Amino acid sequence: MGIRVDGLSKRFGSFVAVDDVTFDVRAGELVALLGPSGGGKSTILRIIAGLETADAGSVSLEGEVVDEMPPRDRRVGFVFQHYALFRHMTVEQNIGYGLKVRGVAKAERQRRVGELTGIMGLRGLEARYPAQLSGGQRQRVALARSLAPSPRLLLLDEPFAAVDARVREELRAWLRRMHDQVGVTSIFVTHDQEEAFGLADRVMVINRGRLEQDGSPREIQDEPATEFVARFIGESNVLEARVQGEDAWVGALRVGLDQGERGTRGGAAARLIIRSYDLKFWHAENGDSVAVVRRVVPLGDRVRVEAAVDGAGPIFAHFPRRSSLLHGIEPGARIAVEVTRARAYPVEAP
Amino acid sequence: MHVVNISRQSASRQLRQATTEPAAVRWLLVAVALAFVGVFLVLPLVAVAAQALKAGLGAFGAAILDPDTLAAVRLTLLTAAIAVPLNVVFGVAAAWAIARFEFTGRSLLITLIDLPFAVSPVIAGLIYVLLFGMQGWLGPWLADHDVAIIFAVPGIVLATIFVTFPFVARELIPLMRAQGPEEEQASVVLGASGWQTFRYVTLPNVKWGLLYGVIILNARAMGEFGAVSVVSGHIRGLTNTIPLHVEILYNEYQTTAAFAVASILTLLGLVTLVAKTIADRKRAQSLVPLAALAEDPAHSAPPHLDLAGHALQARSAGAALGTPAQEAWA
Repeated sequence: MGIRVDGLSKRFGSFVAVDDVTFDVRAGELVALLGPSGGGKSTILRIIAGLETADAGSVSLEGEVVDEMPPRDRRVGFVFQHYALFRHMTVEQNIGYGLKVRGVAKAERQRRVGELTGIMGLRGLEARYPAQLSGGQRQRVALARSLAPSPRLLLLDEPFAAVDARVREELRAWLRRMHDQVGVTSIFVTHDQEEAFGLADRVMVINRGRLEQDGSPREIQDEPATEFVARFIGESNVLEARVQGEDAWVGALRVGLDQGERGTRGGAAARLIIRSYDLKFWHAENGDSVAVVRRVVPLGDRVRVEAAVDGAGPIFAHFPRRSSLLHGIEPGARIAVEVTRARAYPVEAP
Repeated sequence: MHVVNISRQSASRQLRQATTEPAAVRWLLVAVALAFVGVFLVLPLVAVAAQALKAGLGAFGAAILDPDTLAAVRLTLLTAAIAVPLNVVFGVAAAWAIARFEFTGRSLLITLIDLPFAVSPVIAGLIYVLLFGMQGWLGPWLADHDVAIIFAVPGIVLATIFVTFPFVARELIPLMRAQGPEEEQASVVLGASGWQTFRYVTLPNVKWGLLYGVIILNARAMGEFGAVSVVSGHIRGLTNTIPLHVEILYNEYQTTAAFAVASILTLLGLVTLVAKTIADRKRAQSLVPLAALAEDPAHSAPPHLDLAGHALQARSAGAALGTPAQEAWA
């Protein structure tokens, strides 16, 4: 059954926050809404929860249209970016709140809260107030609170943005396990690609209120549907090229294009997008060389090599830190360039 | 060790000297502030007490127990008992509407709430005379129906409500804005009704700010002179509040009685001050956004230890409940 979002649109004044967005989420799936900040992801989440009303379109949960339903009746769990824990309630009261307001008897409430503090690793903290918890603990209280009334859908708005980087990594892995165990259909919003790809079964890329692409993490990374997705995901070279037959030319560099490249015609100007890991450089003094190395920058476990292509602009690639490919790659060296994969997009008329 | 300690101490002293003003300047500033407070605040308070007790406790008691004085106290309490709850209801409703919703007329409402602060209390009283007085718009109609507002208790209550209605809203609007709407939204999504959300989330979050507002509101309601003076008519034993009664006694050269009654108001002022200080401290705590308390090192164990700990706890919990699923993920 899952949930269905159909033709959702929302404006704030003249600003279009959500623009005709349609998608399905299957029951039990963990889906990410990925995109730059201010792109409308959170608004979609808030419309599903009933905290905003859409200008057009419709949301159904388990086959039931909920557009007219007040948020309190939707049985949706929502984890806010800053958790929005009730500051004057203890951990136990926070988690039990959703049951209390629905009139669940005290004994049953205590049983459920006990169960959740167990799952969430909050045992021993029941009597604490939110101000007495660490960021990671608050995150788990917020999650436990939203899960307590057994929601049919869990929505998480930038769930890890407010904890520091070290805790974030562990919380992600933990959320994934938690999801697999509890099995509740979940949608989370993030601007962090690694988070989306590492956590979600499926990723929806949202930009300027539009759904740019809906696919598995592999599809989004390897088969970007739009130029936006190609540029947004990973670190990419964006190069102006000229298409001739099967090839595109960036200065002296020839790039072979796949059959399936979209919208590119012979002789036309095109924009090539090449991921930093889809390039290989090697030292070459002979006629194969098409570029000269400008800088070699170590970045922790990888090395960024910047070069200038003859007759065109700069280009860069990433290599593993101690890669044998780096032999002879140093500033001033002539190099040959091989492109494993490139996507070409027509240049829009100015 | 000793040497290190001493040098660290002298280092911190040097640091303090470098970052503060010379001692003479500090003492001068403190002396000026204390002298100012002494002359303008403490001295008058002492004078009131001294004057009230000048003719002895007997005269003081007689002045307080005078039937007209008791009537004034009763009327003041009655006025406050009506004005305070009404203004609390209005203030909470207005603050909630302004802090949580966007609607047409919102900025007009904000401006109107400040009106009593902007207008002289005398004008506030005159407004009601112009409305309900015999020469006013509704006066003749009210007189025909035997309803007395001006020179009667209802006029005093109305004038007091007008003068004091900004206090609660003014206090709550910035507090509710600072706290944001998220806790209320969380409550609603969790299945609470509007009333449940108000009772369990909104009200507890603003209770200290609200109490602070109520204390100030109450002090002003009991102490208001200007507006009440215009609508009261100064009928002894009937339409005199404590401040009006003090003025009458003073004008009649009953200095001891005047100061005795004034000491009641002064006492009220001191009680207000203490209550206000306590409420203010609590309110400051409720204003701190949770995010600011986020990574308090005193409360947060190192994250990795923390997670390892919770995995252990969860495993034992799973074992206790006998659920294999919970053991599996830990």
